[in-house]
Amino acid sequence: MTDASLPVALNNYVALSAVLFFIGVAGVIVRRNPLIMLMSIELMWNAANLAFLAFSRAWINNAGHIFVFLVITVAAAEAAIGLAIVVVVFRKAKYVDVDDVELLKG
Amino acid sequence: MIVFWLLSLALVASAVFVITAKKPVYSVVGLLANFAALAIMYLTLSAEFLAVIQIVVYSGAILVLFVFVIALLSSGVAPFMMGPDRLPAAAGGGAIAALIALALVVFGIAQRPVTIVPAAGTALPGPVGTANTFGSVADFGNALFTVYLLPFEITALILMVAVIAVILLAGDTGPSIQQRLRRKREPIVKDPAFDAAMHRGERPSERAS
Repeated sequence: MTDASLPVALNNYVALSAVLFFIGVAGVIVRRNPLIMLMSIELMWNAANLAFLAFSRAWINNAGHIFVFLVITVAAAEAAIGLAIVVVVFRKAKYVDVDDVELLKG
Repeated sequence: MIVFWLLSLALVASAVFVITAKKPVYSVVGLLANFAALAIMYLTLSAEFLAVIQIVVYSGAILVLFVFVIALLSSGVAPFMMGPDRLPAAAGGGAIAALIALALVVFGIAQRPVTIVPAAGTALPGPVGTANTFGSVADFGNALFTVYLLPFEITALILMVAVIAVILLAGDTGPSIQQRLRRKREPIVKDPAFDAAMHRGERPSERAS
């Protein structure tokens, strides 16, 4: 019990956040399905949120909570707009693959 | 202590499942497990309001949106198919790069442990669920509506912009509003031969036979 009675040391939270973030990065880089790429972006948002909350808890200052609230709002807006773009682009396609989208119009 | 390690194992396993699943629906299920474990992790960090928000907004709204879009894209004549899978080709190099990155992260964190001493005078958090302690709903709401009122109002603006953008992108597939307003009133049936026949005095039923 260090760091003002955090459950485990703060380093572990930061490391877990980094690992989750890079799993999300790998998902965006490797997968070509736009839905799974959007889900990987959600993983990255959540990794950042975990780091915010761990540091907020260590400082005992709820500015990090407010920031996580803002991030969740932006993530919801991003998911809505991204899924709308996916629906528009792939409404007529046989299969979904972002490499096939070469034009900036639907 | 043991809760942290169990949760981190669940988080990493479900995240890996999200990016390796064959079908998007399986990825959604993995993401659901990930969000649930993360909500429990937020509870151990005494952020109880945000744990609830995590479940409600992410699992309740965003994942349902994903499932809805998957259903919408699958509802055509042909079944929903994915493109060629590049995951096996990238797995080897990706695993090596990931191990190197993980080793760097572990090395860097072991090199200089982060120690933070909270400012003097701040109350130590009580157990999760106690009223008026750090992270409780009252504490969060008090901060949100006094000190951080401007970010809260900016979230309202962001959501409004998102709604407008989604309606503009996917709302209407017909002619745009400007085109519909510009278009003049036209007769319902526009057929010159039919008009000529009517002018000669023939009855439509005779002409149709």
